[in-house]
Amino acid sequence: MKILVCISNVPDTTTKVRFVNDNTQLDTSGIQWVINPWDELALTRALQLKEDSSNSIESVTVVHVGEKGSEPTIRKALAIGADDAIRVNADPLDAFFTASQLAEVIRQRDFDIIFTGIESSDYNGAAVGGMLSELLGYPSVSAVSSFEMENDQAKIIREIDGGKEQISSSLPLVVIAQKGIAIEPRIANMRGIMMARKKKLEVVEPVETEPMVEFADYQLPQAKPPCKMIDPENVQELVDVLQNEAKVI
Amino acid sequence: MEQQLNIKGCEFLTKTTDANEIFIPEEFDEEQTMIAQTCQDFLETEVFCNLDRIDQKEEGLMRSILEKSGELGLLGISLPEEYGGFGQSFLTSMYANEVLGAGYSFSVAYSAHTGIGTLPIAYYGNQDQKDRYLPKLASGEAMAAFCLTEPGAGSDANAGKTKAVLSEDEKYYILNGQKMWITNGGFADVQVVFAKIGSDRILSALIVDGNSEGIEIKPEEAKMGIKGSSTVQIFYNDVKVPVENLLGRRGEGFRIALYTLHMGRIKLGGNVIGAAKRAITQSVNYANERKQFGTLISGFGSIKYKLAEQVIRNFANESAVYRASKNVDEAIEAYQQGGMEYGKSHMEAFVQYEAEAALLKVYGSEMLDYVVDEMVQIMGGMGFSSEMPADRAYRDSRINRIFEGTNEINRIWVADTVVKRGHKHKIDVFGQAKQVMEELEASEFKAHPSSGYFEDKAFFIDRFKKIALMIIEAASNKFGRKMAHEQEILNNLSDIVTLTYVAESTMLRIQKRESIQAQGDQNLYRDILDVLMVDVADTIRKYAMDAIYSMDSEEDEEKYRRGIQHFTDVPMVNVKAARRRIADKLIEENRYCF
Repeated sequence: MKILVCISNVPDTTTKVRFVNDNTQLDTSGIQWVINPWDELALTRALQLKEDSSNSIESVTVVHVGEKGSEPTIRKALAIGADDAIRVNADPLDAFFTASQLAEVIRQRDFDIIFTGIESSDYNGAAVGGMLSELLGYPSVSAVSSFEMENDQAKIIREIDGGKEQISSSLPLVVIAQKGIAIEPRIANMRGIMMARKKKLEVVEPVETEPMVEFADYQLPQAKPPCKMIDPENVQELVDVLQNEAKVI
Repeated sequence: MEQQLNIKGCEFLTKTTDANEIFIPEEFDEEQTMIAQTCQDFLETEVFCNLDRIDQKEEGLMRSILEKSGELGLLGISLPEEYGGFGQSFLTSMYANEVLGAGYSFSVAYSAHTGIGTLPIAYYGNQDQKDRYLPKLASGEAMAAFCLTEPGAGSDANAGKTKAVLSEDEKYYILNGQKMWITNGGFADVQVVFAKIGSDRILSALIVDGNSEGIEIKPEEAKMGIKGSSTVQIFYNDVKVPVENLLGRRGEGFRIALYTLHMGRIKLGGNVIGAAKRAITQSVNYANERKQFGTLISGFGSIKYKLAEQVIRNFANESAVYRASKNVDEAIEAYQQGGMEYGKSHMEAFVQYEAEAALLKVYGSEMLDYVVDEMVQIMGGMGFSSEMPADRAYRDSRINRIFEGTNEINRIWVADTVVKRGHKHKIDVFGQAKQVMEELEASEFKAHPSSGYFEDKAFFIDRFKKIALMIIEAASNKFGRKMAHEQEILNNLSDIVTLTYVAESTMLRIQKRESIQAQGDQNLYRDILDVLMVDVADTIRKYAMDAIYSMDSEEDEEKYRRGIQHFTDVPMVNVKAARRRIADKLIEENRYCF
């Protein structure tokens, strides 16, 4: 049995977001890039499954759609414990483009369990996992917070409004993971870091795919207006401000 | 073998260095960055969330955190692979030390174990000793301590009274004595203990099993800072140490202790970078949240000044630390290519740069003390509250000026080493000093040929070096062999040498940054250099005047005064505007970003 974990390369969550080119592109200068946190948790779970010998998992591969500059993030995944990696050599233009590239990689190779994070922490599109399963014709389960294998069946718990849902599925399967799939991401250890450069990182060219959307403009949230202090004794002024300035009552 | 080195220790004073010859932190590769990230992740998950528990010395906690760092391989980064280590360069281990240096008491425990605890065995141990101890120390199965200081032997380490007497059957040394301020002493399984064998007047080093009968561990010391690190007195009462546990040769202990401390000093210079970066980030975080008079305090010039100074001093220290660290690696490589074995090549490399190590220890520890002091000040009343991180940062910083040799000892060491190497003709101190004297005698100084930004800076750094050489020459003429008694003047000289090295390293780094097109607004880095040069020139001028006028050489005073004024007459810049630009970048990013 083989596992594939799809990983995105995203800015560290503490990044100061700025845009360039008329607000159509993220300013990448000074950004520290990391594995998308949900993908990292999915990778952690995949490695745990492999370490449990009762699951008979042969390998954990990571795949990423991105240009050469994202290879440090891929090698981080290898350092954490993935066995090998594939990079589709293309700028991930939109969710459909990315899902199409991933689908092609999967069609060319056999994977039984495909993990994706529920969304990427940069664009928060939450679309690749669903598109991928559709393109492959595989079942998929979203918002997965627990994943176990039992007699070649996947035993899944997913979060639903107000509770949890238990699902059983055959393989192959696309697992769209969210927080809870693993408790904490793994820290790459020294041995892993030194092994990473020796592990296979295959680069494949993208299949021709037209993106379906284009990014027209980004807008940063408006800065909070200054706080106005009103004397607690002056209720009339408070009411006046709420009615006529804030217009909330 | 020394001739193969690109630059010898202390030689920066008499030789011009090209920016392309030095290593700058912007050049860390992907693997080194990943190791640093692992150290950062480790602090986030195991240390920062446990700071109070660590400082309360919760039973077994520090050891368990060290063991976890061992599971990640962080205890064996630079140890050879055949002993369970990862064979990384000294530079890489420095980078790890930098990041982990933000870990308060943990950082001290980590450094004591991996540095002064483990490395004497790695460098001086015989095959059997290395086989027996290093794999356990690398994995974290065993913890190490370095036991040198005694009640009557602190800075004067050779005055120790701990005795080792050979047993009648000649199988053991019977160890008796008392050690104090032993970091990790409360739980160390392996102790490197310095003692005098028989009637020897000089120290030997012994590897002592921490669980041996007769070892009495005293209660943990109550300390001003680094409260979470184990610091104890250890009594040795007829402890049997197998003769095969003699480390190095009999009588080699003082050398082992000294060489180990050279290594420890440069590592301390690295440790404080991580601590300073964390303190600067916390300072700007607070300044960006705290409002007074209706505005964020980060908008005030007084606060911007402090933030900018924190950045400038840390950046300068960092530039110098990694320049020297790479020199150490280059020396290790050159010595090994010349046939020197592993341990000796390392120790000789540390000795080669002993003055640089000592000055980095002094500059780095005082830099961090400045940074945390201003951190308290930026936070105002809250900075004085134990609820805020400034409290721990402030208390924990203070020890850095004391351990690994006090800054007083290290200042003397810097000056003494430079002078000695001049006398031994290892560097051309006195030849070049004569030229400076001739220049002073001339009626006019050579005009400054302004040719470019970095050339201008280099011109003045060269003149700072001339001041150092001038003082060495003047003091040597005046005091001869009695110069050692003139500690105040040696301190002046040491500080001039230190500031020159740090300023030159910063200049070379910024020059190289531009040539490799490192990320960031290059003008901001020039601001750092501009302000640093003005401050360094001013400080050097004062110390040089102090030194010259302390010599009572009345007939030459005017000549020297004129030279000092001229050599430190750097072009002034608008330091207010430069500091504001540096602070504004920090304020915008809300984290250390240089």
